[in-house]
Amino acid sequence: MQAKKRYLILFSAGVCLILLFYLQGPASRRTPNRGDDPHPHWPHFSDPLRAFIPWDQTETEDYNVRVSPRHKRDDNSGAYKCRMDSCFDFSLCGSNGFKVYVYPQQKGEKISESYRNILSSIESSRFYTSDPGQACLFVLNLDTLDRDQLSPQYVHNLKTKIQNLNLWNNGRNHLIFNLYSGTWPDYTEDLGFEIGQAMLAKASISTENFRPDFDISIPLFSKDHPRTGGDRGYLKYNTIPPFRKYVLVFKGKRYLTGIGSDTRNALHHVHNAEDVVLLTTCKHGKDWQKHKDARCDKDNAEYDRYDYKEMLHNSTFCLVPRGRRLGSFRFLEALQAACVPVMLSNGWELPFSEIIDWHTAAVIGDERLLLQIPSTVRSIHQDRILSLRQQTQFLWEAYFSSVEKIVLTTLEIIQDRVLQHNARSTLMWNRLPGGLFTLPQFSSYLGDFPFFYSVLGKQAISVEMIVVRAGFTASDVLTMFLYQIIVLWNCDKPLPAKHRWPATSVPVIVIEGESKVMSSRFLPYDNIRTDAVLSLDEDTVLSTTEVDFAFTVWQIFPERIVGYPARSHFWDSNKERWGYTSKWTNDYSMVLTGAAFYHRYYNYLYTQYLPGSLKSMVDQLSNCEDILMNFLVSAVTKMPPIKVTQKKQYKETMMGQTSRASRWADPDHFAQRQMCMNKFASWFGTMPLVHSQMRLDPVLFKDQVSILRKKYRDIERL
Amino acid sequence: MCMCRCSSVLFVSSAVGLALERLIMCASVKYGSRGPALIPRMKTKHRIYYITLFSVVLLGLIATGMFQFWPHSIESSAEWSLDRRSVHDAPLVRIPMSSPIPERGDLSCRMHTCFDVYRCGYNPKNKIKVFIYPLQRFVDEVGVPISSTGLSREYNDLLSAISDSDFYTDDVTRACLFIPSIDVLNQNSLRIRETAQALAMLPRWDKGMNHLLFNMLPGGPPDYNTALDVPRDRALLAGGGFSTWTYRQGYDVSIPVYSPLSAEVDLPERQPGPRRYFILSSQTAIHREYRVELERLKEENGEALLLLDKCSNLSQDLASVRKRCYKGQVYDYPQILQESSFCVVLRGARLGQATLSDVLQAGCVPVIMADSYILPFSEVLDWKRASVVIPEEKLPEMYTILKSIPHRQVEEMQRQARWFWEAYFSSMKAIGMTTLQIINDRIYPYAARTYEEWNNPSVVKWSSVNSPLFLPLIPPRSPGFTAVVLTYDRIESLFRVITEISKVPSLAKLLVVWNNQNKSPPEESLWPKVTVPLKVVRTKENKLSNRFFPFDEIETEAVLAIDDDIIMLTSDELQFGYEVWREFPDRLVGYPGRLHLWDHEMGKWKYESEWTNEVSMVLTGAAFYHKYFNYLYTYKMPGDIKNWVDAHMNCEDIAMNFLVANITGKAPIKVTPRKKFKCPECTAIDGLSLDQTHMVERSECINKFASVFGTMPLKVVEHRADPVLYKDDFPEKLKSFPNIGSL
Repeated sequence: MQAKKRYLILFSAGVCLILLFYLQGPASRRTPNRGDDPHPHWPHFSDPLRAFIPWDQTETEDYNVRVSPRHKRDDNSGAYKCRMDSCFDFSLCGSNGFKVYVYPQQKGEKISESYRNILSSIESSRFYTSDPGQACLFVLNLDTLDRDQLSPQYVHNLKTKIQNLNLWNNGRNHLIFNLYSGTWPDYTEDLGFEIGQAMLAKASISTENFRPDFDISIPLFSKDHPRTGGDRGYLKYNTIPPFRKYVLVFKGKRYLTGIGSDTRNALHHVHNAEDVVLLTTCKHGKDWQKHKDARCDKDNAEYDRYDYKEMLHNSTFCLVPRGRRLGSFRFLEALQAACVPVMLSNGWELPFSEIIDWHTAAVIGDERLLLQIPSTVRSIHQDRILSLRQQTQFLWEAYFSSVEKIVLTTLEIIQDRVLQHNARSTLMWNRLPGGLFTLPQFSSYLGDFPFFYSVLGKQAISVEMIVVRAGFTASDVLTMFLYQIIVLWNCDKPLPAKHRWPATSVPVIVIEGESKVMSSRFLPYDNIRTDAVLSLDEDTVLSTTEVDFAFTVWQIFPERIVGYPARSHFWDSNKERWGYTSKWTNDYSMVLTGAAFYHRYYNYLYTQYLPGSLKSMVDQLSNCEDILMNFLVSAVTKMPPIKVTQKKQYKETMMGQTSRASRWADPDHFAQRQMCMNKFASWFGTMPLVHSQMRLDPVLFKDQVSILRKKYRDIERL
Repeated sequence: MCMCRCSSVLFVSSAVGLALERLIMCASVKYGSRGPALIPRMKTKHRIYYITLFSVVLLGLIATGMFQFWPHSIESSAEWSLDRRSVHDAPLVRIPMSSPIPERGDLSCRMHTCFDVYRCGYNPKNKIKVFIYPLQRFVDEVGVPISSTGLSREYNDLLSAISDSDFYTDDVTRACLFIPSIDVLNQNSLRIRETAQALAMLPRWDKGMNHLLFNMLPGGPPDYNTALDVPRDRALLAGGGFSTWTYRQGYDVSIPVYSPLSAEVDLPERQPGPRRYFILSSQTAIHREYRVELERLKEENGEALLLLDKCSNLSQDLASVRKRCYKGQVYDYPQILQESSFCVVLRGARLGQATLSDVLQAGCVPVIMADSYILPFSEVLDWKRASVVIPEEKLPEMYTILKSIPHRQVEEMQRQARWFWEAYFSSMKAIGMTTLQIINDRIYPYAARTYEEWNNPSVVKWSSVNSPLFLPLIPPRSPGFTAVVLTYDRIESLFRVITEISKVPSLAKLLVVWNNQNKSPPEESLWPKVTVPLKVVRTKENKLSNRFFPFDEIETEAVLAIDDDIIMLTSDELQFGYEVWREFPDRLVGYPGRLHLWDHEMGKWKYESEWTNEVSMVLTGAAFYHKYFNYLYTYKMPGDIKNWVDAHMNCEDIAMNFLVANITGKAPIKVTPRKKFKCPECTAIDGLSLDQTHMVERSECINKFASVFGTMPLKVVEHRADPVLYKDDFPEKLKSFPNIGSL
């Protein structure tokens, strides 16, 4: 009995404990809801509540009795910081479009290499005008890049020099470029002269001083930054998994005291010498020994053990902490190296923040949360790393790789503001091929460009048209996809009489070229309604099947040129220049536009984007227009054109009879094309052409199967 | 605190026990006479004791179950009693005259200067915690309330939506963001000074740090400032009607002015397209100068414009809000908005207009004319896709400007406008959640929602593709490719395949996936001697999916998947395939092509391996592809496709084709004329019937996968890739890839 009792007590105690546990368990999970807190959730009030806006006040009437809204707008101008509305004269941009005037350079005026690059980039761009009366934007001839008083590049007396400019007008419609401002110890963002209503294109600008939609934040670039072209990004492969040897790296100066020193002084807390390698050195400036602290020697030794380049190329993330100023060179270096920048610069208005969605290419950290950075970057999913990394490369090549791109991007942003509702959308700026190649004047609709089909979920349209140049014989190329024919009559002979034209089922439009020049074949005629353009020479012989097939291919690759005869380029190392070859080779990088499909947007781009100098060269030579088009399209797509199969007679017929054929046989003609190649390459700053080793044929091309099974059987018949 | 709870619970349980005990005593009295049936050999006293104990245990278990499985029902019933609360029950707080007034908002405030990020901390969910102050009624010293409306319906909706959301916390110490329950939505109903004092009295105010105020109607006559005039220290402001001068970019949030009509009127979505009117103006309080200009436009363009105003002949009551008139003709508002392509949203006294919300709801493209206005949620929304912003000065040119917009773009804008309303404007909840999400994105920028997530309506999200390998990149030839050979036990054929592939110049590594668990791979010495590294991986299970596993041993981007019996491919063909893959690294590049067809009679998809003119798939018996797709196949394959493939031991190649086409939106590339992997004579032995069951099974796969993907992602093309000089009349010696052509 005793035992029984004992067991009983034990048992009941156990039961009680279990009960307690169960009852308390869920209760404690909801602890905050109970106890002393009077409002677990927002209560549901049962009484009728009034609307925040009485029904009879939804529109405020007393506005009507007040002064004209126009006056109110004008009032704004002086009162606040500048905005486009208040400090920019839009009327100057109205009639002539967006033109930029650069003050003529004065003798004896010292101009730095970088600023000279900026000015020459503007002068060689399509925005440049030498007539201040036509200009919408003015750029100074005075070097304002370095406004650090201690710097040797510092220009003195800028204040009076600027006041003396005859068109200054308190800086209205002026654009001032600046890379460095302020000096030790406080590094203010003051330029040392009155900027008035001028816009700033400034590096390291802080959000506090930044006037949104007025100033432009540009990246800090070194004096060695190339003027045009620029190196491509370092990314060659998309390795899977996308992790590199290091997770996070940094190598740079450490400031022991003063502004910007906090973050860099704290980096050693995060450094682990394995996959997070953050190295700082105290060795900079003349008297670093004087200020050095206990960690300096150890840090310096560690600093020298690592090679910066090696780290940059082998790290997934690169830390970009602020320097004395907010921006640092590390930013562009990381971007080019496909090392995802981890920004640690509170209050820095990121470069071109107005148009670039930096979340897609960088990790934006907070200096206050430095210690969390490693865990933050480790938590980023590998899919995201893959996409961040590719985006760094796109942005680098689209907007940052040369001074010219930085300058053009700056100007295009301002132009977008002037265009207002016609401006580029965020997608145009942040998707391939980037804003510089996507001209908003062509269309504000994304679907009118060949680049955004996949974004919109749209299929290419199945209508096409044909441009026949100078004369006609091409009546047998009518295909079921044909929408209309445009004939460019570029010859001095009068147009043939109407009855002599072949009868066609689609409209034929004849345009008599006024200037009779080569470039007119690529003019963006309003009559072109369809996305696809088939450009043909008058002596081209193509069968319907060949055209049909090429069109189906073009629909799959609407952003490329799809054509028949192909040519190739090569680097002639003996002569140190590019060579051109029309020989039958195993690869090609151009297709001739004497017979090729392309998107009509390229007509627009050719006419608007390319500088007058190249187009007039083409017109004078009456040659190379196809090479230029291939350069342009490859520069946009970074891809080779596409050659499709054709009957092999094309080449022979071209060599055969007509006047044009003699041109092809002419050795001068060939030399000209060689020269064109090199001229074009130097304007683009790089060689945009890309080689391809493949040709696209119909699926059953030349297969040993009944010809009746084949859809494109004519291609095989000779 | 803990002790206290324990004792109270104990008390409860013992009380229940007692009650039960009595109940069971009664029962046992009844059964007592019948004798000890259940528990023999025990005294009645003990029996009762035991029964009591068991009942207590049982009760405990039931109670546990209740707590475990219906915790919400218990909670909500507890809250139900709170439900009948009245606003008037809220505690009254008297503001002393001398109570401190916060400073005016600091225009230089930014997240890194005025916001305490440490309060938000690092958390794995990347979600901020929001605390809402309990409701209090603030009155001044003489008892006059600080606001004429008190808590408004809208603010109450907003707060309860936040309180029901994931953001909410009732633990003030864990909160990152604080929302006062003082309603400042409409500045007109506020006593500015007293409201400011009330804010400063909040227990966690701390100079307004991390506090968020919602205001939709800022300013008051005559100036109508564009931001709330209530001094608020460093508090964040979610304001409707900011101008570029008062908006602190990256700190404040620009929100819409909520339209009460949203809740009252249900406008069904209309198909985008041309509408009866081109431009419609429905606002009633348009400045007379602008009305004159609008009327001039109307004269010039006639019927295309509809210019509505208040109805002067109707009585001014609640119903008149829903009516608009033109020359005596009455129109229903907001229904009439659906009849126009574009709807004018002009500035009024304030920049933010509730009309904008009505217009968006109607799927009408807003034409916003309010200079310097910061559009709602402009930090994340791309308004260019849903609206046209025209400077007020250009009002006379409005018609020409709008006419220049392509039709297709207008349709897309109509769709986008409606989607913006549905997602971000339709209720106070939507507005509140969007605001919090924007702030959340600033605090955890690396986990922020993307442009596409914010801006793409679900239709577009569904049909558009974002290729994970979007950068146009032709990788260099030098790293070569890794051949992955899946094998079971056909060693002889495997060795032949290895010998053949090893002749391909760009082969970097051979990886044999040994799928036979019962047999070990042959000894190292027996393997053919090859110049590249050869690795054998043994798998745990004989699964087809193993061939697509992203093995660490694959160090190149390019993978050549190849079966252990494919010996017909020449070295030229393989090398050429690799070269083509380099030009299209985001596609499958394979040899024999296959096609899917819609079978109209059966009403389903059909698999086609005949000699067709089209291709939509390539067989992965030998195909080049990016290693990323291995990762995708193994970890991201939708639905149960992977298991289906392993169970049926078939269709892994179809699954791969679906996967790649679905994510890239692109067709595979068939290279070279090759149509079959095996010689025709060899397959003849298999016989026709086998072939037919095979076809049926493959067709079944296509239908199954299409239903899992919810769409048919495969794309059909009519081309294949051949070497540039293929079949050209040209000396074979000079061709890079002469040995191509056998079928």
